[in-house]
Amino acid sequence: MPRTSSKALFLSASAALALTAGAVGADTLRIGLASEPTSVDPHYHNLGPNNALARHIFTPLIAQDANQLLEPGLATEWEAIDDTTWRITLREGVTFSNGDAFTARDVIYTVCRIPLVPDAPSPFTLYTRAIAGLEAEDDHTLIVTTDGPAPLLPNQLSTFGIISASVSGAEDEVTFGMDGCTGVGDAPASAEFNDPNFAIGTGPYTLGAYIRGEELRLSRNENFFGDAPQWDEIVMRPLTNSGARVAALLAGDVHMIENPPTQDIARIEGDGFTISSGLSNRVIYIALDQGDAPTPGIDGDTNPLQDARVREALALSIDREAIRERLMLGLSEPAGELLPAPMFGTNPDRPAIPYNPDRARELLAEAGYEDGFWIVLGTPNDRYINDGPISQAVAQMWTQVGVQTEVDAKTFSAFIADRNGFNFSAFLAGWGAGTGEMSSPLGALVATRDPDRSLGGTNLARHSNTEIDDLLVEALQTVDDGERERLLREASTIAMDTFAIVPIHYELTTWALAPGLEYEARADQYTLGSAVVRAD
Amino acid sequence: MVAYLLRRLGQSLLAVIAMAVLVFVGVYAIGNPVDILINPEATERQRLEVMERMGLDRPLWEQFWVYFGNLLQGDFGRSFVYGESAMSVILQRLPATMELALFALVLAIVFGVPLGVIAGLKPDTYTGRGIMAGSILGFSLPNFWQGLMMILIFAVFLGWLPAGGRGQTTEFLGMRVSFLNADGLKHMILPAINLALFKMALVIRLARAGTREVMMQDYIKFARAKGLSHRRVVFVHVLKNIMIPVVTILGLELGSMIAFAVVTETVFAWPGMGKLLIDSINRLDRPVIVAYLMLIVFLFVLINFLVDLLYSVLDPRVRLAQRGAQ
Repeated sequence: MPRTSSKALFLSASAALALTAGAVGADTLRIGLASEPTSVDPHYHNLGPNNALARHIFTPLIAQDANQLLEPGLATEWEAIDDTTWRITLREGVTFSNGDAFTARDVIYTVCRIPLVPDAPSPFTLYTRAIAGLEAEDDHTLIVTTDGPAPLLPNQLSTFGIISASVSGAEDEVTFGMDGCTGVGDAPASAEFNDPNFAIGTGPYTLGAYIRGEELRLSRNENFFGDAPQWDEIVMRPLTNSGARVAALLAGDVHMIENPPTQDIARIEGDGFTISSGLSNRVIYIALDQGDAPTPGIDGDTNPLQDARVREALALSIDREAIRERLMLGLSEPAGELLPAPMFGTNPDRPAIPYNPDRARELLAEAGYEDGFWIVLGTPNDRYINDGPISQAVAQMWTQVGVQTEVDAKTFSAFIADRNGFNFSAFLAGWGAGTGEMSSPLGALVATRDPDRSLGGTNLARHSNTEIDDLLVEALQTVDDGERERLLREASTIAMDTFAIVPIHYELTTWALAPGLEYEARADQYTLGSAVVRAD
Repeated sequence: MVAYLLRRLGQSLLAVIAMAVLVFVGVYAIGNPVDILINPEATERQRLEVMERMGLDRPLWEQFWVYFGNLLQGDFGRSFVYGESAMSVILQRLPATMELALFALVLAIVFGVPLGVIAGLKPDTYTGRGIMAGSILGFSLPNFWQGLMMILIFAVFLGWLPAGGRGQTTEFLGMRVSFLNADGLKHMILPAINLALFKMALVIRLARAGTREVMMQDYIKFARAKGLSHRRVVFVHVLKNIMIPVVTILGLELGSMIAFAVVTETVFAWPGMGKLLIDSINRLDRPVIVAYLMLIVFLFVLINFLVDLLYSVLDPRVRLAQRGAQ
């Protein structure tokens, strides 16, 4: 790091900062990550940091732009021929970073390999299970058949990068089979991808070195098919402690950091750094247990939360604007749904849930709880931005309308065990929609719990409304985009009108950058060094 | 000596087993690692598949039995998070922690002992009082605050030293180390001082108390009466006699510096084992947590043993007592 100017010592602190930080090393971009990818293997761990890293080295068939809208990746076109058949046209003239040509064989190999990744803690089979048949019409055309209509296939194909069949040890002929492929050879272990000679993809960068816990080096891929990326080299360092991350940025050790703490943002900006923030696909919500009576966190034999009026009262008594202003310092957007507009399936006209404590008291009285009741609100305190303080604020607001609330804050690993064991009557959590459309939060959080249909996986409030279920199931089988969006909007409207779940706000994701750098905030919260540009 | 060694070994084995059982049950009680690792959008069936693959669907005693069986064959299990051998994940981080702890230890001795002796010889002068006041600061300021202040002053305001990370490394005996090149050393200075300050304060206090006590002893008066120079009295007779408590305490402290340098490693983003432990606890990566703590127990036993050996070098009475016991 060039930090030679001895004059800087005599200047004021902030001027010194501007001097040192302004010197973005010629063509190397250094990034401080809030959490470290667990592997370079793009199919090992389906989690934000891993996926963001994978986007540098591997390209998916279909890409997602900053708002998670689909755009061409390794495929230039995709169309549904009928309800269960898709034709995918692959980009011609693409080569892997080792010079091999990219063909349909690599795609088939990738889809075949995904279920074979050993020890994957969060496998990508979630996104390939709809595929029943996959055949190459020629080297650059694929025909995908699905098990029933799969309108989300393009979204699912946008979640995983394509790896090289030859480098991974596949035979010349790879054929897809639902119960196992042929010609795959020995599927490589994830650790092999930590070797730069093995991590071969078609992305804008190639792996230079991966030293766990220390740093990740990426160098420009000269064979990249898109616009040549700006940086010769990108160095990523895990700086999991937020104080250390901010210090590294201020000291000029790194040029960009993820998630600067809310309370430091004004100071960082005041020192001349750039802040980039934008709506994420993550909603922070409160789930209210509607499963059993009695419920563990409420005294008495009844479960008041089964009454929609009580849920509405609790929703109306939260002052979302105050939370936005005082706790989030502006870095959130009060929510009225589970996904922010204009993402797919949202109702753009639906306002955030208003703050109306008087109406809340009336509703409680109507439901027979004039004197309120006592409730425990469970919350993690190290998972979402300001999660603990938000719960404290909500508890005070609920107490003000007569519902005595006690907060039970825990570290995430302990919280999630309690939550999944149905030990909370009310809990605060967050949901990020990986596919970037409404069926993700509705299907997981609101639909009736039904493992056979893969619905309601995180519906720990045990809300159940067949009307919503039917709309959702229909939407998930409707390939026509317009019709599907209409169905999702309707399902979302019903869920919100009946207060099946209580959204609080959408998180804004924030990055801080050295002066002169710009980054377009991404809804999927990925940090892509390849998308960082100089301001001029 | 052999009987003594065997007894020590047996004791440490018992400690390792007891610790493994405790940690195993403890981590099991916190929750299910799959809930944390898996993408929330995964289906119930996938969740069960992952649990089955990791063996987490079986009852606790069976999981422990399998684990223990593998352990006897030297297999510490595979990390849930990284999918690699838990021990190799830890050992990758060991050199970074070791060099930091040893560097900090050297700093604590090189500065702590002389300052303590000076303060002990001249307890009522400004120098002596100043040293003691400084050591109080070293004791009482919280470690993480010291670290953040050092970063603020030396990295952010002055820009002399980097704010964190390990910098350039050199290959040495098959390990990557920082202390052999200028950039690496620069990265090591702040975290090493941060880690050393508390120990230094401790050494100063021990050395001062020891010096004051030893100076009153008859053999010092005798040495003086014999006409030995002040230099020789201090460097031979005083220094050797105050070293026993210092060595005992530093031995124990070295163990804790290696095992639990978590605060320093976190504040300075130093890629050592302590940070790995914290990350692993947050993700309930049980194989790594258990293997880590076993390694630490082993290290403590080893260090204590070395301290015992050092005793007999420093104090002839220990040697005589051992011979008498045989």
